Amino acid sequence: MKVARITALAFLVVVSAACLFADFVAPAPYARQFRDVPDAAPSHQHLLGTDSLGRDRFSRVLYGTRVSLLLAPAAALLASILAALIGGTAGFVGGWLERCVMAATDLFLSLPWLFLLITVRALLPLNTAPFTSVLITFALLGCLGWAAAARVICADARTFCQSDFILRARASGSGGFRLLWRHIVPNLKPVLYAQFWIAVPVFILAEANLGALGLGVAEPLPSWGSLLRELESFSPLSSQPWQFVPLVLLIAVVSCFHLAMKKQELSV
Amino acid sequence: MRQRLVRLGVLLLFVAVTGAAFAQSGSQLRFCLHSEPKTLNPVLMADESSETVRYLTGGVLMRLNRLTQQLEPELATSWKVSEEGKTISFKLRAGVHFSDGTAFSADDVAYTMQQLMDPALHSPTGDSFRSAEGKVITKVEAKDRVTVIFPAPVVGLDKLFDQVAIMSASSPKKEMAVLGPYYVAENKAGSYLLLKRNPNYWKHDAAGVQLPYINSVRLDIQQNRDVEMLRLVRGEIDFINAVDPEYFDKLAAQAPGTVTEAGVSLDSEQMWFNQVASSPLPAYKKAWFTSTNFRRAISNSINREDLARVVFRGHAQPAVSWVSPANKVWFNAKLQPHAFDQKAALQMLANDGFRLQNGVLRDREGHAVEFSIITNAGNKYRERMATMIQQDLAGIGIRLNVVTLDFPSLIERITRTFDYEASLLGLVNNDLDPNSQMNVWLSSAEQHQWNPEQKTPATTWEAEIDKLMRAQASTLDQKKRKQAVDRVQEIVWQQEPFIYLVNKNAMSAVSKNLRNAHPVVLRPQVYWNIDQLSLGSEVAQNR
Repeated sequence: MKVARITALAFLVVVSAACLFADFVAPAPYARQFRDVPDAAPSHQHLLGTDSLGRDRFSRVLYGTRVSLLLAPAAALLASILAALIGGTAGFVGGWLERCVMAATDLFLSLPWLFLLITVRALLPLNTAPFTSVLITFALLGCLGWAAAARVICADARTFCQSDFILRARASGSGGFRLLWRHIVPNLKPVLYAQFWIAVPVFILAEANLGALGLGVAEPLPSWGSLLRELESFSPLSSQPWQFVPLVLLIAVVSCFHLAMKKQELSV
Repeated sequence: MRQRLVRLGVLLLFVAVTGAAFAQSGSQLRFCLHSEPKTLNPVLMADESSETVRYLTGGVLMRLNRLTQQLEPELATSWKVSEEGKTISFKLRAGVHFSDGTAFSADDVAYTMQQLMDPALHSPTGDSFRSAEGKVITKVEAKDRVTVIFPAPVVGLDKLFDQVAIMSASSPKKEMAVLGPYYVAENKAGSYLLLKRNPNYWKHDAAGVQLPYINSVRLDIQQNRDVEMLRLVRGEIDFINAVDPEYFDKLAAQAPGTVTEAGVSLDSEQMWFNQVASSPLPAYKKAWFTSTNFRRAISNSINREDLARVVFRGHAQPAVSWVSPANKVWFNAKLQPHAFDQKAALQMLANDGFRLQNGVLRDREGHAVEFSIITNAGNKYRERMATMIQQDLAGIGIRLNVVTLDFPSLIERITRTFDYEASLLGLVNNDLDPNSQMNVWLSSAEQHQWNPEQKTPATTWEAEIDKLMRAQASTLDQKKRKQAVDRVQEIVWQQEPFIYLVNKNAMSAVSKNLRNAHPVVLRPQVYWNIDQLSLGSEVAQNR
């Protein structure tokens, strides 16, 4: 298990490094259209061939991975912070506030998030640069993805509040913010980490889903979602297995995220 | 005795199974519909699948020959349109019967017209006959003579009857009794429709053999294009009516000889700028979009040849104006597609005070030229075109933001809120007559996308288009109509309210087993001569 974890971590480090230094590693700019060679097979010039507009697929995979791999954790962090604030406060205060917050959370969870994202995306200003559209997409994912984690955190915070060590802390004069900050939040850390690591692949897949619908990251910036859309054109009649590279990478990265998590984090 | 009976039973079953299989493979045409027909009532049909059923089953008074683009007599042996274009008189074919044996007469034409023009039914086909308020009168003069009188002239009146399937006034089977080559024998919702040969079909070939040659047509409901293509390759279906460029190339590689390219179609892809005065755009952007020089410069900066070659894999042609070159009668052959010339584009922009500074185009007031283009999410060809246009415009210092929206949001923006800058969409055109585009070109029209429903024309050239389109709609003089339509094409070419990008080619895939198939650019591309199609063996059988 330890070997698998180390291998997964190593893979994530290699992929992250390649993406961070994409400006040096990529053989061509991700947006450049080599219009004379659309849909080309892998060659020395284009390691993974070109897409339907003649753009170097290897470069686009590198840049697309960078976009998804950097911004998904950022969105997961935002969602985890929101979940900690909302769920933690509700669990700590309890009573009618907890009931109201949990009812709101249930309502949030019952919303069809994909349609919600599509609607919100359609309401955004049209004249946004591609990178801004990426930020908006992931910020939306972060803002909409806190509810499930908030429920877990609220339940844990409530359990802690009723535990003996908190009772002792109260008896010795601790209360309010000090009790929350010194005693409850440190104990909630494992749950928060677990929620964060679970959210990362979920947001990567959510962006991929939005991208597959054509509603994610704007052209010409690549992301895993937009790269996966290429598979729409895949046909068993003309096999181009190199088209599957983004999908294989996505599966590998998401799997590695899970393998890289400690056993106790997964069991939370 | 019991053993004998069992043997006999097995033998009969074998004969029945093999016989059925032979009959099916020998005389059944199969192809796919991409959705279920919404109705089988010919008067109410509007979707593509329903229209397919209507084409295969409906008998019409006259039929537009999709190859020659000329009208040919069918149930009417002759017809005459009055000089003012309000009246059409038909002489009907004698001795014709519906599929259920009911005799065909002038009463059936009158009944069909009454159904078609019934305001309560909201017939999409009937709408094309509504040129003015008032009642449509059908006079039955004899069993084989009927006259239809409209309240106002209807341009292209005779051609509209190509879409009118005659219904029986007296048959107990109502709309299921048909005069076309086939009738609907079985309808398995969501799965397939089985059409069988109309035993009373009136047409015969030169040798006196009753048409159609093929005994039955099976229409499988199949949304997935990949599956449809695989089925063609496996020989499970006989043709694909309209093939995408990507699938065309794959089929050409996998099953050479099955694909045919009939040439450029009537369909176009175009972009336009929002010129609505009340739109929530800043004033300087409105000034850009209403400038002819700006629109011409954008048009000249787009490499249409590349769009056709890369996005449509060479299966499209650079577009010229709003009438496709496929329209042999109405296309203005003097016009050529706008050339890709970014130097000329920059010169035109300079005339309007734009200047290129450090690779960024700026207007007279110093605003960097940046705008967004919206198109419908999920249409990969449009998304690719927009991305290529994005790179082309970067060549003259313009930043283009490509935005894909779900279709309802897009329609909301282009028809109600007008909160958009440019849009890229396409037009599927089924009608050759330019009159069918009155709802686009009149400045007061809803579909006048760049600036719809104007009370008075916003520009002199729009006023001229209004005048010319009304003039062509109010005369039956073909020469005058052609002159007016040619001039409208010139104005549109010069002013570019729509920047026409490409006209897609009409492509089909046809199994080698299917004979007499001559795919054309007009819909339905492959089965327009359905009664002449043959799978080989059934001609001999029918004899």
